[in-house]
Amino acid sequence: MTNTLHRAGSPASLRDDFIVFAMATRANAEGAVPKLQAFLRTAARHAPVNLGNAKVGGFFRPCERLTPLVHWRRQDGGLTPDEVVAGVDAPSVVCAVFDDRARMEAFLADVSRQALGISVNVSALTDEARQAAARAGIVRHSVEFSLGFCLGQTDRLPDRLTLELSTMCGHGMIAAGLAQKMVELVKEGRRAPGEAARCLARFCSCGVFNPARAERLLGEAAQGRAAPCSR
Amino acid sequence: MRIDPSRCVACGNCVAVCPMGAIAVDQALGRAVVNEDECVECYACYRGMSQEHLPPALVRAVRRAARAFRFRFDPEPDVCPTAALTPVELAWPRLVRRAFSDPVVPHESTGVAGRGTEEVKTNDVTGRVGPGEAGFTVEFGRPGIGVRFRDIARVTRALARTGISFETMNPVTSLMSDPARGEIREDILDEKILSAIVELKTDLGRVPDVLRTLRAVAPEVDTVISVGVAARCDERGDTPLEDLLRAEGWEFWRGKTNLGLGRPLFREVA
Repeated sequence: MTNTLHRAGSPASLRDDFIVFAMATRANAEGAVPKLQAFLRTAARHAPVNLGNAKVGGFFRPCERLTPLVHWRRQDGGLTPDEVVAGVDAPSVVCAVFDDRARMEAFLADVSRQALGISVNVSALTDEARQAAARAGIVRHSVEFSLGFCLGQTDRLPDRLTLELSTMCGHGMIAAGLAQKMVELVKEGRRAPGEAARCLARFCSCGVFNPARAERLLGEAAQGRAAPCSR
Repeated sequence: MRIDPSRCVACGNCVAVCPMGAIAVDQALGRAVVNEDECVECYACYRGMSQEHLPPALVRAVRRAARAFRFRFDPEPDVCPTAALTPVELAWPRLVRRAFSDPVVPHESTGVAGRGTEEVKTNDVTGRVGPGEAGFTVEFGRPGIGVRFRDIARVTRALARTGISFETMNPVTSLMSDPARGEIREDILDEKILSAIVELKTDLGRVPDVLRTLRAVAPEVDTVISVGVAARCDERGDTPLEDLLRAEGWEFWRGKTNLGLGRPLFREVA
């Protein structure tokens, strides 16, 4: 599940994007549920912008039964931190998304002290992840580098901003068309950047979407500003 | 996926949310329809959109009245007002579309949801990629383009000729009829999926060969390929992979860092 490896954006664009996730494998799946729950509970104390479980989703989810009032007063169907924790009833991938490096580092230090015994990964700028781990007293074990959307018919890819928004769901659940629609709505003043970011977040089924970064990118687009070039 | 014509009010909200662009409003029918050949059964429309369950006849009447006065209604963009999206029961080989496209469906071959791979995310416990080795994740179809297995097979055949070994705990490998030659079973070659990840392992020294092979075969496929390369770090957290990649002209700044907190820790033989 390479759901966070290839997030489009230059280092500057990715400066507020840190995903920490935990998972068990077959060798240590037994007894993993309380450890995964402990990981999420610890993360919740460090004010993540999203918290998720691959099987039940995260803070932002769609509603199965809305009333027409939604067009004037939107209700989110998302989960609270306690609900995300309670939703872990089998070994799964759980994650916490941060828009602030200091909070992410504090969480790493906390989770390292707990010695939960499940694999923990940081998906972010690799140099920042390595430095953050070092400050928490951890030497990285393995690393996987993203070479990006680099080969084949790359002329079929959408524009930079659309890629930056849509690839924050690595499962591909956020359509380029929806990202473009949100950019247009924000630029036309018909939606606030935060509303548009939450709309996109509701399509991410595992909770790795970073609504804070999306809001920033949409806000910059609304002001006609663009981040430095990226792939 | 199907859009129930008795419930659809042609609001068009589902058009933008389809990652494959497979939904359009048929103006003659006055209903949204799904292009079945392009639909990858990812369920993004069905699971991602909120639903209102309004009576279709009422919604159509309101929309007709608004249109007559050229009123611009500004509805929530991720809502299906009449719950018209309807999953259909899938049979083989179409079933494979959902397995590779819907992230909440675990792959039978690995038990992992999403693309069904663990890569180096659990390398501290599995030892999947050891010292001196490189693990590749070659992903097809994302973002928003999709891929047919016929195109994946073009690449896996080329990779197999370089003498690499495909990861056995991987959903694509499980669908290979001949992993040694990179052949994928014939009956699924025309099926379109949202994305798939081919995983392979090689010695670090052969990383340039694999990347050159991918570069050479990539123009032959009608999709985009994303590449990830992983390595085991030494006791200082270093890996020669970074210099190898830079020497080949690759730029990279983002990735996944396994912190080595999993237990029992895999013990490598010196």
